[in-house]
Amino acid sequence: MTSAPRAFVPGHLLAHAVLWVGLAITAFPLYLTFIASTLTSQELAQAPMPMWPGEQAWENYRKVLIEGMSGSHLSPPVWVMLRNSLAMALIIAAGKIIVSVLSAYAVVFFRFPGRMLCFWMIFITLMLPVEVRILPTYKVVTDLGLVNSFTGLTLPLIASATATLLFRQYFLTLPDELVEAGKLDGAGPLRFFLDVVLPLTRTQIAALFVILFVYGWNQYLWPLLIITDNKLDTIVVGLSKMIGSGGDATTNWHLVMATAVLALLPPVLVVILMQKWFVRGLVESEK
Amino acid sequence: MASLAFRQVLKRYGSGPAATQVIHGITANIADGEFVVVVGPSGCGKSTLLRMVAGLEEVTGGEIEIEGRVVNTVEPAKRDIAMVFQNYALYPHMSVFDNMAYGLRIRRLSKQEIRERVEATARLLELESLLQRRPAQLSGGQRQRVAMGRAIVRQPRAFLFDEPLSNLDAKLRAQTRVEIQKLHRSLGVTSLFVTHDQVEAMTLAQRMMVMNAGRLEQFGTPDEVYQQPASVFVAGFMGAPPMNLLRDAPGVRTDAILGVRPEHLRISTYGWQAVVESLELLGAERLVYLRLGREELCLRLSSAEAYPRVGTSVYVQPVESAAHHFDRATGLRVP
Repeated sequence: MTSAPRAFVPGHLLAHAVLWVGLAITAFPLYLTFIASTLTSQELAQAPMPMWPGEQAWENYRKVLIEGMSGSHLSPPVWVMLRNSLAMALIIAAGKIIVSVLSAYAVVFFRFPGRMLCFWMIFITLMLPVEVRILPTYKVVTDLGLVNSFTGLTLPLIASATATLLFRQYFLTLPDELVEAGKLDGAGPLRFFLDVVLPLTRTQIAALFVILFVYGWNQYLWPLLIITDNKLDTIVVGLSKMIGSGGDATTNWHLVMATAVLALLPPVLVVILMQKWFVRGLVESEK
Repeated sequence: MASLAFRQVLKRYGSGPAATQVIHGITANIADGEFVVVVGPSGCGKSTLLRMVAGLEEVTGGEIEIEGRVVNTVEPAKRDIAMVFQNYALYPHMSVFDNMAYGLRIRRLSKQEIRERVEATARLLELESLLQRRPAQLSGGQRQRVAMGRAIVRQPRAFLFDEPLSNLDAKLRAQTRVEIQKLHRSLGVTSLFVTHDQVEAMTLAQRMMVMNAGRLEQFGTPDEVYQQPASVFVAGFMGAPPMNLLRDAPGVRTDAILGVRPEHLRISTYGWQAVVESLELLGAERLVYLRLGREELCLRLSSAEAYPRVGTSVYVQPVESAAHHFDRATGLRVP
């Protein structure tokens, strides 16, 4: 035997084993969630619980999507919460991108007094996540009368220019001559931004959109504080409210699991659909 | 098309005592339709001068005039001049057509006229088949031509070239040089061309500005600059190999520098006695490096001529009529 099949190389075997273990650890809970969402509560209560999908899938999903949690007056139907979450995540992602791309453009391409001060102040917000500034922010939002509104929900999360740094670093790699060519062609700052800078930043924007969408979607603490009207509940908050809040203080785990699966889908879809852009935005710089 | 003038142009970076002055009062007049090359070693301020004409750098002092009008504070776009950059600075996300059309669109020309102008320019530069490509899909030479096309299509009053050939390989550079000459003949637009390459300068220029350390050393035709260098710097900068500048040779006065080009040294039966240190065959010619006391000499022979061997001692002598004399203190030419 002159050459062994590659799979038998011991190093590969080990690597594959590690990957399989990792996959199992990650995927098994997801699989359990999915299985649980297709069972009745009686089936789910058996020990051990069944490992194969039951026949209640359609019924469970229909129920949570359209009616919401049975016996609960706290939870709106899941489709409402999905809509709320989608709106919140989109507004946060879009808002953050607009704010950061504009501020990065200002910091990189214009010479104005206090330019570096502005940059550092933006930079410092990186070190202050929502959780740290939550009390003062809550006070401000309450005083502005923005409790129980989409504005109150999204604005404080937009107003941290996390992405400014990323855009700044990218803008710095654009050659000065490009700006100068634009000046000689007669393009004003806004025109140059729209015609040249923005198209060149497309892939970075797409990559960032994925990250920020997932970030927005997963927000928990802030929506929990600022939203008291159930009709405005987001899916992540709604999901946690379902646990232990059934009519008689029992949890309908099969319905919770169905909701969890539904809550997972949008971010997963965004990542899958935009994966090509996402990877390109992170590795490639088109110049 | 336009004339160009510099009046005591200064450039200083920073202010107060920490300021560094990079251009020390340049005065020159460039006629309408003239092709002028600005040449000098790197850091001599030649690019800065060009960028001040373009309006990309502020003028610290003095005046720059285009067609008799001072443009010191005029916006780059309003000066109606086009520039070709060293790295071409094409818009990477736009097709060749859009790259050329962009400036025209901003000037709100009609679609019809933009199309006509871009197509005419593309024909001139043989870019017609590439109009739909992106810059990334072009070779270096093609990108260079697109960059020129972008300048030409605007029909500006003057062209500024900032070392546009330095990213091309030697063969392409020679070709493009010829093309630029042809273009200038047919378009007749005033051009200012910056380079550090003296061959480019000699071959392209109608007149050349030789700069050193922010000062204009000489402004004249290539012939004048080569035959009658105005200073020791110009003498040493133009020509390859450079002129022999002798301070310490028999017969050279202590307050003077004697300049002799390698082709103006002759092997003779009398004169300076020097030792042959090395030989270089360059094809059509052969360079003989000699030591004369503390001085090194370079002598140029046709490769067909007989040559001395390394280590031997020979007599050399300058062709008296072709010798240059400079003042040692000021570095200026002595007639």
